[in-house]
This record gives sequence, C-alpha cells and structure tokens, in this order.
Amino acid sequence: MRAATSAAIEDGVLPTLTALLVALVAGDLLILSYGQAPGEVWRLMMSGTWGNAYGIGQVLYKATTLVFTGLSVAIGLRAGLFNIGAESQLAAGGFCAAALGLLLPTGMTPWLAIPMCLLAAMLGGALVGFIPGVLRARFGAHEVIATIMLNFVVLALLNWAISATGLAVPETLHTPPVASSSIPRLAAFFPVFHGSAANGTILLALMAVTVSAWLLFRSRFGYELRATGLQPLAAESAGIRVPRIWMMAMVLGGAVAGLGGSNFVLGYKNYFEDGFNGGAGFLGIAVALVGRNNPFGVLLAALFFATLSQGGLAIHALVPKQMVEVLEGIVILAVAVSVPEVRRLLRARPAPSATTLPVTV
Amino acid sequence: MRERADQGVSRAAGRGAGSAAVAPAVRMSGVCKFFGPVQANSEASLEVQAGEIHAVVGENGAGKSTLLRVLAGLYAPDGGTVEVFGRDVTGWSTSDAIAAGVGMVHQHFMLVPTLTVAENVVLGREPMSGLTYDRATAESRLETLSRESGLACVPSRLVSELSVGEAQRVEILKTLYRGATLLILDEPAAVLSPPEVDELWRVLRTVRDAGATIVLVTHKLDELMEVTDRITVMRHGKTVMRLRTSETTPAAIATAMVGRAVRLDANGMPVGADAAALGLAASTDEDAGAADDHGAELDGASVSEAWTAILDAGAPPDEMIVSSARNRITRSAPAAIISAPTPTYADVPRLRITALTVPGPRSPRAVGALSLSIAPGEILGLAGVEGNGQTELIEAIAGLRATTSGTITVDGTDVTRYSIGKRLALGITHIPEDRQTRGLVLDYSIADNLILGRQTHFSRSGRIDRARTLAFAEDRIKAFDIRPADPNALARSLSGGNQQKIVVAREMPADFRVLLAAQPTRGVDVGAIEFIHDQLRAARCAGKAILLVSAELHEILALSDRVAVMYRGRIVTILPRAAASEDVLGPFMTGAAS
Repeated sequence: MRAATSAAIEDGVLPTLTALLVALVAGDLLILSYGQAPGEVWRLMMSGTWGNAYGIGQVLYKATTLVFTGLSVAIGLRAGLFNIGAESQLAAGGFCAAALGLLLPTGMTPWLAIPMCLLAAMLGGALVGFIPGVLRARFGAHEVIATIMLNFVVLALLNWAISATGLAVPETLHTPPVASSSIPRLAAFFPVFHGSAANGTILLALMAVTVSAWLLFRSRFGYELRATGLQPLAAESAGIRVPRIWMMAMVLGGAVAGLGGSNFVLGYKNYFEDGFNGGAGFLGIAVALVGRNNPFGVLLAALFFATLSQGGLAIHALVPKQMVEVLEGIVILAVAVSVPEVRRLLRARPAPSATTLPVTV
Repeated sequence: MRERADQGVSRAAGRGAGSAAVAPAVRMSGVCKFFGPVQANSEASLEVQAGEIHAVVGENGAGKSTLLRVLAGLYAPDGGTVEVFGRDVTGWSTSDAIAAGVGMVHQHFMLVPTLTVAENVVLGREPMSGLTYDRATAESRLETLSRESGLACVPSRLVSELSVGEAQRVEILKTLYRGATLLILDEPAAVLSPPEVDELWRVLRTVRDAGATIVLVTHKLDELMEVTDRITVMRHGKTVMRLRTSETTPAAIATAMVGRAVRLDANGMPVGADAAALGLAASTDEDAGAADDHGAELDGASVSEAWTAILDAGAPPDEMIVSSARNRITRSAPAAIISAPTPTYADVPRLRITALTVPGPRSPRAVGALSLSIAPGEILGLAGVEGNGQTELIEAIAGLRATTSGTITVDGTDVTRYSIGKRLALGITHIPEDRQTRGLVLDYSIADNLILGRQTHFSRSGRIDRARTLAFAEDRIKAFDIRPADPNALARSLSGGNQQKIVVAREMPADFRVLLAAQPTRGVDVGAIEFIHDQLRAARCAGKAILLVSAELHEILALSDRVAVMYRGRIVTILPRAAASEDVLGPFMTGAAS
C-alpha cells in the first residue's frame, strides 16, 4: 500500500512540480526580457491575487468555472475520450439555466428555483455531450472531431438564440436578469469579499470534486469507466458494455461542464450573456492535464490557472498580461513532457502511465 | 541434429577456451538492476563465446529479458560490468550497441506495415540517388544480404502481407543489414506456429554458420536442445548455472530453472502434480521421489556458489558440468499420461455448437457451418495452424464476435443472442489469447484485475467493496502463487507468467461451466505451465467443459480427451486422444488429409 502511495505521488505530483519549476524559470526569463525584476513581478502577482480578499474572491470565482470544465475533460479522459466540447457544454448549461429561470414565476422561492435551474444547466450540458457520445458509441465517429465541430454549432446557435429571437435586452447580448434563482455571493456572508464575483457555486464545485472522485475511484461505474479507458478490449471481454460507457462518460462530462455555467449565470451576473464562457472550457483541458485527471488534482490545477489569469491583470502595469498566457502554455507543455522524463530520472517502473495518452492526441 | 550442436560446441570451445587470448563475445558479471524496489537482476552473469547460439532460460520474472536489455543498451545496469568482444561497454546506449554490431530483435516487431520489406530493412539508412530513395539499390542490397545469410525474402512485398514468421525474418535481416554480428532475440519463438518455429531455428543456425553470435531467451526447452550450443540458467535474478547443451537434458534444465524437480512428458511438456492422484501416470510416484532428490542436490546456494567459485577462479566455463544426475529423472511414459478417464457423454452436452458461421476480418466465413459438442468433464483440444478460424470461433462463443448463422447452447440454453455479460453470468469463461489487451487492464492492480467481469458481485449499492475485493485477491494470490503477493501491485509490473496466472485465476471460478482456453500457456515458463495444466485437469475432473486452442500440439496432446483439427474454418476431423498423434494430425492441419 505504501508503495502504491509513493507511486501515486511520483506519478501525480512530481511531474506537475517539475512543470511549475520550468514555468517559473521561463517566466523569469520573460520578465527579464521586459527589463523588469522577476521578484517584483511575482510579488505583485501574489499580492494581486492571494494578497487581499478581493483578489482571493476573484481567483475563487475563476477557479470555480475551471473546476467544472476540468472535471468534464478529466471524466472523458478516464474513459479514454478526449472531450474538446467543454466550452459549448458550459455555454449551453448557462443558457438553459437562464432560460428556465426566465420562465419560472418571479415570486418563486429560491429553494425550489435554484435547484431547478441547476438541473436545467446540467441537462443542457448533458445534451451537448450526448450528441458526440452517441455518435461515438453508435457509429464510431471520433469524439475529438465531433466535439470541436459541435462547439461551433452550439455557440452559433446560442448566439442566434440571443440576438435574433428577442430574448436579449435591446442593444446588448444578454438576457434580462433572472431574479428568482440567484445564488448568493460570498460577500453576502463575508463582507470582506465585497465587490468580488465569488459566490455560492464554490460549494457546488467542491461537491462536484468529491462526487467525481467517489464515482471514479470507489463506485462500480467508475471501475468500469476506468477499465474502458485503460484497456477497452479487456473491458469488452469482461462484459462491460464499452459503447454505453463512452456515451455515459460524455453525458456525465457534459452535465458537469453545463453545471459550471451556473457560476456566471446564477452566481455572478444573474443573466446569460453570449460568450460568457470565454475560453474556460478550453482551459479545462489544461486543468485536467495538469491535474492528472484526478478530481482533487483538478481542484488544485483550477486554483493555479485561476491565479495566473487573475495575476495577469495585477502585473499588467509591469509586463503585458499576455505573459501569463505564455506561462499557461509552458506549464501545459512541461507537464506533457515531464511525465515520462521525471519517471526516467527516478528510474521508476518502466511502463508509461495511461494518463499520458491524451498528450499524444 | 545433436551432431550439429556438438560440432557447434567444439568449434566454440576451440575458439573460446582453447585460445585464452580471444575474448568471449559477451562477458557480463555481477550485473544488478533495480526497478524501484524490485531487483530484476542481482549479481547476474553471462558469458557467450563468439560464433555460438546461447540460450538464456529461467522462469518468468527470473530476469532474463532484463539482462539482455542491459546487454543491448536499453537499460543501464545499477552494478556490474558488461564486456563485448573484450571491450568494457558497461552502461552503453542502444546506438552505441548498434554501432558496435549488437542488434536486438524484439518480441513485438518494430516494422512499418505499409512499407515493403526492402524499405523496412533499409529504413534509417536508405540508399539515395540524389534526393530520392533509390529503390533498385535497396532491393539489390537486400537480395545480396538475403543470399549471403540464407534468409529468403521477397524485397518488394508489403510487410502487412507477411505472416508473423516472415515478419520476424525481416526483423533479423534488418538487424543484419545494420551490421550486427551479435544478435539478441527475446523469446523469438513465442509468437510463432510450430512450422514457423522450425524455420526460425533453421534461420538462426544459418546466421550462426555465417559467423554471427546469437543470444536468445526461450521457453521451449525441448527445441533449444536442438539448436543451442550452450545454456545459461537464471533464477530469481541470479545466474545459477551455465551448461553445454550436449551434456544436459530438458529435465535437468527445468530443475535448475525452478529450483525443484518438474516432471516432463516425452515432448518436454510438464506433467501435472495431480496426474498421479488421478491415476494418470502409474509410475510417477517413484520418479517424483527420485526427481526431488535430484532437485535438492541442485537446489539453491550450493550450485550458484560452486559456479561463482569457478568463475572467480577464472576457469573456462566449459568445465562446468552439471550432467551428473540427469539420468535420474525418469520421464513419465506418454502412454501413462494419456489414459485419462473416459468422459461420460451425457444426453445434453455442456457446450453444443451447431452449424455456426462466423465472419472474420479477412473472410466472410472464417468459421463455416461448424458443429461440435463438449461433454461435462471433457477437454476438447482444437489443433490447427493459426489463422484457420480458431480465434474467430472462440470469440464467437465468448460473445465478442457476431455470428451470421448457427446456434451455441450451454447446458441446453441457447446463448447465441446473449450479451457477453450474460454469457459470463451463465458460466462461459474465456482465457483470451492476448492477455495484455484482452485479458488484463495492465494499469489496474492485481486485485482489480481479479474481479474484472465480476465487479457486480464485488459491489454493494453501486460501490466496489474494497475489503471483500482484497480478501478475495489475497485468497486467489495464495491459491495461484501469483508473485509478487501484493494485491495492490499493478498487473503491468508482473512477469508474463504471473500475468497469465491472474487471468487463469479469474476465469476459473468455482461455478463456471464452459472454459474457452486460447493459448493458455503461451510465453509462460515451465513452472507456470505445469500449474496451469494442473488447473485445467482439475476443472475437467470437476465436470467442466473445456475448449482448448493451442499452437503447441504437445499441449493439446497432453491435455485433451478428444482432438479436433480445424482447417480453413471447418473441423476436418475429430479423434479420440488415443488415436491422435503428431503424425496423424499433421496432414489434417495442413489440409493434405480430410
């Protein structure tokens, strides 16, 4: 058991730490190339994020969405599928939550309205996940192609729905506010967070992490899902219905990403706005990769990427904020590369971990 | 044959021991190699004379492959020295090794299927005319090489069209093209059918006679007697002895490998421990006693110490003679093994297949209107050259492959339309021929692999019951002697034989009815073969029906009650065991008789 634990640390933590170290060095060089002192920039980044309550709140808000999209991608990868569709699943979830919220009577109690809207968000995301899932299960269509294409279709459909149907407030690309099902901001309980977008969806994200971890590593469904991802032929021989697992994984991933839409729609702005997803679905791929497809790893990775993204705003005075995007790229590359390299350095077991596979896609 | 081997030895001895100035082709001593906490090699040694065929044998997990990979530069040793042709090359890289004329032929071929034979052979050092690949030169060079080495090939054929045996020959040619004078082959015979194995040995002799030195890992004890000059035996990561092939027997080698006596039948196949209990082998008791004594004599430290002492003293390895007791192991007479109890043919057979047609990847009738039935307590051996529909038949019965017509019934229940899971639940189990992709999830622990397919039984309200899974795993690990005995160890970290034991342990629960055993002992060491055969025999006595497919005719003859021969998707004959022999079956297998 101890060997298994140390192996897990070796597999899960060391490559990530190595990657962060590489990114730190690369960041230093970038900062120096702008004629700034690295120490000063990093300090500014930390003080702008974890240095004050507002910064913390913003990081938590950004991390919340990333947890959902990261989990969505991680669940797919565990089943052997590369879900590129978290972006449109997230958007569809947000749209459905807002649409239902607008349909509900305004006086409805939030205790009923919020769960209904959350359910709508999950259903919206699940539907978008279901399409590539069923295409893969029934016809063998590759999920990477299907999800990428579906991103365009769904995002265009949502744009049409908001701009051409009179759903939007005139002169804007967002719906009217959804009053009855607003999730309270953190500032409502802790005034120190005043002004930040962090809201109660954080608890939902933590629940999603716990439930996903249980589902993947403790449940029979997760056992079958991981077996399918690691060795589909062996899973098939064991009587596991592999296409069904693929479909379920896509539906589940879609539902989780869709639920993430509630962070913006129910927790922050209280309306659906075209383009609110803003790349959080694609960044979910990086979050899953750096988090090594482990729900708790996803949580940490989401916090890390949220910190970078918020930190980019803080250091903008000294270096361009695009620097953090470069750093994000370096971290992703370094994680992808360091997984086998770290193992070689440690002369660990010779076999490549199956979780490195997505890198080769 | 034996004469050839003797010549080889005397020639090699003449070169090696005779003139002390000539360094051996390979001298590895004190080699240690760790993988994490696992020590694959501890103080292992290997000495190979130039111009000989040298086999490294040992149980699965004995460290043979690791030692050869150290030699080929794939692994750097954690201790010890490696010398090749007198030069210290400890810790070299694969490119160093290739440059020095050391080439490894891997078990899994590294060929590009969409390229031709010639293109594969020259890949990486293609002859060019200007900026383009010079096909004519490549093919003529390969033809020259082919003529000189005696390895026939058609340079313009696509590799994807080749049989496994032909592909392996291309691998060897590729190694020779790169100038290898020392060839390392890791279990070259494991993937081949019997005629291809014979061809391989011929090829290796040809290559040796052309001046190359060959080191190989094999499990086929009987055949290595014919082809090798010398043998190094490894056990638990150590070299326990080295012998001249001409001065030993398969039984003595098996004893040294396992550290105890293993009974072999006339074909070099181990005989099960329960054979005596079943009254299958009348004379075994006495023999086993004698063999045990022999095992004790050879066992453990005494031998390796003696060997080390000789090495330290610098005496030539030829002095190491371990032939003293070899005649004391009496082989069980084949006649005694085969007199199995006649199965009682019940009115309802356990497994009945009627006019089954199965489409395959290459033919719409890989199995064509095939009928057979297996009684409770019967092992039906399915012989045949690989690729005649055996795989498709097994997969169709297991539910992995769709059928176009015909029925499959188990104990009278028509299962033709059953899902795989439903067939499993009914008691149809399957040892798949490719354990690494079909049989195991390599990145799952031993425990998780042991419940694969029965995970529903081990879960309560949707949750896997860890405690019950681990308890079950501990029990199976003990019963099947799976090593390491750690239920949390990843299946990937186990040797091939221990991986196969997981599959066998899982697919033979108490309540199964029909077992489809495809190549159950392929690539598995002697000790594990013996164990798996015991399990199959015990299952037969418990009234199970077993369909056994094996590329080893020896294995089929050693286990089966009836032998069916499959040729081009049909069963061309079914014989009772007493009427079957290699001579009788051979013409049916090749389609010459029907």
